[in-house]
Amino acid sequence: MTRRKLRLGDSVSVGLIYLMTALAFIPLVVFILYITYKGISRINFEFLFTASTSMESGGIFAPLYGTIVLTLASLVIAVPISLLAAVYLSEYARKDKWFRIIELTIVNLAGVPSVVFGLFGLGLFVIFFGLGKSIIAGALTMGCMSLPLLVTIFYQALKAVPLTLREASLALGASKLSTTFKIVIPTALPGIFTGIILATGRIAGETAPVLFTVAAYYMPNLPQSLSDQSMLLSYHLYVISTQNTGVKDEQKFAVTLVLVILVLIVNLVAIWARARARKKIGSLG
Amino acid sequence: MEKRSRIAEYIIEKGLIRLAGFTAVIVLLLILFFIMREGLPFLAGYPVGDFFLKTDWYPLSSRFGMLPLLTGSLMVTFIALILAVPMAIGTAIFISELAPAPVRSTLKIFLEILASVPSVVFGFLGIIFLGPWVQNTFGLSTGLNAFSAGVLLAFMALPTIASVADEAMQAVPRSLREASLALGASRIQTIMKITFPAASSGVIAGVMLGIGRAIGETMTVMMVAGGSAQLSLNPMVPVRTMTGTIAAEMGEVVQGDEHYRALFMIGLILFVITLTINSLSGIIIERIRNRQGGGT
Repeated sequence: MTRRKLRLGDSVSVGLIYLMTALAFIPLVVFILYITYKGISRINFEFLFTASTSMESGGIFAPLYGTIVLTLASLVIAVPISLLAAVYLSEYARKDKWFRIIELTIVNLAGVPSVVFGLFGLGLFVIFFGLGKSIIAGALTMGCMSLPLLVTIFYQALKAVPLTLREASLALGASKLSTTFKIVIPTALPGIFTGIILATGRIAGETAPVLFTVAAYYMPNLPQSLSDQSMLLSYHLYVISTQNTGVKDEQKFAVTLVLVILVLIVNLVAIWARARARKKIGSLG
Repeated sequence: MEKRSRIAEYIIEKGLIRLAGFTAVIVLLLILFFIMREGLPFLAGYPVGDFFLKTDWYPLSSRFGMLPLLTGSLMVTFIALILAVPMAIGTAIFISELAPAPVRSTLKIFLEILASVPSVVFGFLGIIFLGPWVQNTFGLSTGLNAFSAGVLLAFMALPTIASVADEAMQAVPRSLREASLALGASRIQTIMKITFPAASSGVIAGVMLGIGRAIGETMTVMMVAGGSAQLSLNPMVPVRTMTGTIAAEMGEVVQGDEHYRALFMIGLILFVITLTINSLSGIIIERIRNRQGGGT
């Protein structure tokens, strides 16, 4: 009898676990299919690669272009600094109090609300540095925001490089610095690549930090320089779905789909790169 | 020549690389400094008590009672957690303990994808799909309210909670599980009575990170929560959160005026709240990692 009761209790628990897991994942799948179904018919070459003559009609090239430029600029700023930071943490830093402080800071920086990054960008880059609302101000803001993600992944990538490689290089008389840049970083490249890809997805999708630093409601022309404002895909979706712009639902779904596909591709590439990185490191160890 | 490159190396190592190592610390301090610089002057010209305790947020008539914004944020976060925690824990147990390896890795990829869906996409979904559904189902005048925002936030906080909880359960020593199984407990009993309780501090850390994520989330709540600054315990009324207020109103203010400073002040409060939550969970997570590193 007790045995049976136990079994019953067990299957209830298992059932609950399955139910909760299903509740967590099914909406994601349904939602991706739904967006695809609603938006796919609108997407074609013209939609993606022509600039619109007005908000309601034409393609989304202007916001797409803005997102690409902003993302690249942010990466150019954030990647070198993050890589050096990761080099410091993995190759040079002693595991002392300061190391723990940096670790804890990175966790905290990752948790700073995106809108607070927006305020920070407004206060420091737009106003204090006098850059105005511009791609460069937005890129600096986004660069700061993607710092914790990049440093964390770069650090893990460098850490995973087997110690024997470093020892071999040092034993051959190479200095620590050249060992780091000629042996450790090249070996860790797949992992570093993973980090860059993930940051790309994050930057391309973010909206709140660009609200006060870059985003333009509507611009008839593409931005001409880094000190111009720009339309952005994420902000564009916000505008057309909250303001009464006369944009048709089909177009909104299409813009959403472009964003979602972008994120999906980015993630799948990152996952592939990470698997490769593990394999490569595994074969060295 | 040899000597010169030695000196260059020394400068790069001790200067550049070390400086870069501290970038995160510098950025965090800069954030704090610049938000305080723009926000704190507000308190010099406005009664502190009124700001924190009054319930009327009418910037146009210079009344800045932020209490309804705080309660709005808490309400949405609370709803999100009630929904997200059971799903996340169920998912974590399934992924960590029950799923075969291929399913485990597939679902972890799904979690990553869910975590990376842009918040503005969730917001769009709330406006076009969830909002109207909530409105019709519950017979409300608007479906854009605390509940709808909470539902969407739940899915945004879920990956954070689930992956930290999964990590914590993975860190539970095998020997504990084996001892329980050897004593005749079933697999599910072992999970519920041994593995999960042993991982509970990690689950709590995950939940706290989820709280941080939910309370700081901006675009989704701005688009879906309805945006009316009112004090209410009813989840079905529109609310306005701290993040949403900053994002929605910063475009309308004159740089340096009272309203502008009030928004920075709210940003400062948000920053302090998330910093506290994240530090606590960071410390807990570090403890788990140390325990894991210490071997079994």
